[in-house]
Amino acid sequence: MEIFVSQVLAGLGVASVLLLIALGLTFTFGQMNVINMAHGEFIMAGAYTTYVLQGLLGASLVGLSFLISLPVAFMVGGVLGLILERTLIRHLYGRPLDTLLVTWGVGLMLQQLARDVFGAANVQVKTPAWLDGGLTVAGVTMPWNRLFIILLVTAAVVAIWAFVNKLPNGRQMRAVMQNRPLASASGIATGRVDRRTFMIGSGLGGVAGVAITLLGSIGPTLGTSYIIDAFLVVVVGGLGQVRGAVLAAVALGLLNAFVEYASEASIAKALLLVAIVAFLQFRPQGLFVRRTRAVA
Amino acid sequence: MNVRSAETAVEGGSRLAKGEGPPTRNGRQPLFSVQDLEVAYERTTVVFGVSLEVPTHGLVCLMGRNGVGKSTVLSAIMGLLPIRAGRIVLDGLDMTDLPPYKRVRAGLAYVPQQRLGFPYLTVHENLVAVLEASRHRDPAAIDEALDIFPRLKPLLSRPAGFLSGGQQQQLAIARALVTRPRLLLLDEPTEGIQPSIILEIEDAIEKLHAERGMSILLVEQYVEFALRLADSYVVLDAGEVAAAGDTAELDEARVRRLLSV
Repeated sequence: MEIFVSQVLAGLGVASVLLLIALGLTFTFGQMNVINMAHGEFIMAGAYTTYVLQGLLGASLVGLSFLISLPVAFMVGGVLGLILERTLIRHLYGRPLDTLLVTWGVGLMLQQLARDVFGAANVQVKTPAWLDGGLTVAGVTMPWNRLFIILLVTAAVVAIWAFVNKLPNGRQMRAVMQNRPLASASGIATGRVDRRTFMIGSGLGGVAGVAITLLGSIGPTLGTSYIIDAFLVVVVGGLGQVRGAVLAAVALGLLNAFVEYASEASIAKALLLVAIVAFLQFRPQGLFVRRTRAVA
Repeated sequence: MNVRSAETAVEGGSRLAKGEGPPTRNGRQPLFSVQDLEVAYERTTVVFGVSLEVPTHGLVCLMGRNGVGKSTVLSAIMGLLPIRAGRIVLDGLDMTDLPPYKRVRAGLAYVPQQRLGFPYLTVHENLVAVLEASRHRDPAAIDEALDIFPRLKPLLSRPAGFLSGGQQQQLAIARALVTRPRLLLLDEPTEGIQPSIILEIEDAIEKLHAERGMSILLVEQYVEFALRLADSYVVLDAGEVAAAGDTAELDEARVRRLLSV
């Protein structure tokens, strides 16, 4: 029982990080169909933002600098996304392969930039004192930093749900993604909506970067180790579906934790990919798919 | 809902000097005019120098066989297709180079032939999303639109993609009305709709025109429809204007020949 609870908590810990990254992709990939391979570098930028702020505010204000990092990293990721969308991606809408290659190149450039500025070696971000230790339940200790990430991702899911479903900008975003020509011919400034959507998705990448600093040291290639798994979460969940992403992240996180316990990390990864390929054979549209009379 | 006569300056559009636009047959400036419009799909020109105008409170019917360029003209007017030549003017405002959303803010509203709107938004969200992007943002505009199509009222919480074809068409027109347009562009609003709903849509168009004084440019294939509703007509053939005039003086035999396959 103890092992079971322990693996469930480990799985939820993995799931929360994956979900935090996948939420950003739910906007840029799920809503806009843009495969942004540089999204991982926005995560990296968010992580380095935490590192820089910690350096600026000093060792005595680690907790404060960490909290400030969350909105600042959102802005850093968002602005990087905005620049990418305005300069490159908007010229490549409807050309997914070109977009993939271009953003991959941008990602490599950002990694090199990080190496030039911060050095090739990984750096450590201090964890705030209030996140030391853990919560013990049924003899199993869940670290506070993992619980914080779960809390953060929960807040992010609620905020995104409210934005998408309750705010005018979210409604317009959905309208543009569902029928771009009609949205434009209905008075919606589609270019502005694209910019906003991409900025929010990229900003969420920055926030994910802040969360990842709680899990270990950070380096220029930090994002690449997470990004493929996050894309898998979005695909398995169903494009643009927040609830699908939540379910897929939890399922993949738990599957990964239990298989890893029974075997080893590399085999767990391989089995996970096999399971996803098999799942997509039966359900290529993902867990959740939106239906209408026309697309039933 | 009255058609506004007030000026609506739109960023990016250039306003023409008085007398610069073409006069109508009775010497008045039209509310809306298209002058020498040419549209091409890549290298193939499909609309050749089409000119038409819609007077204030007028209902003009644009007719023609399938494939003669009617929908292309409407798409070009909305800015959804690039034009090769010509000018599009609404109440003195040259909107030829404006993006579609600015044309809407200047007073155009468009109901496309492909009526599937925003299928995963509810009926209410379809209306609200457009209202929030409109110039006026007056929530009363939704009630005004629903008064024209009361059949939509019990369906407000249903995703638009689950509506029947006729309901979707009503929603499409209601969505356009929410912007309180000065000119409504309707592309074959009754095509493929069940007869009972066709009558409702026709009545709604008549009401908008006769009671609310809305200016309308309507694409239709049926001469009867044009005769019943329109003040004037334009018939396209092979991308050119083949006949035009007041409906009262319509040469029915000639128009029917132009519309027959």
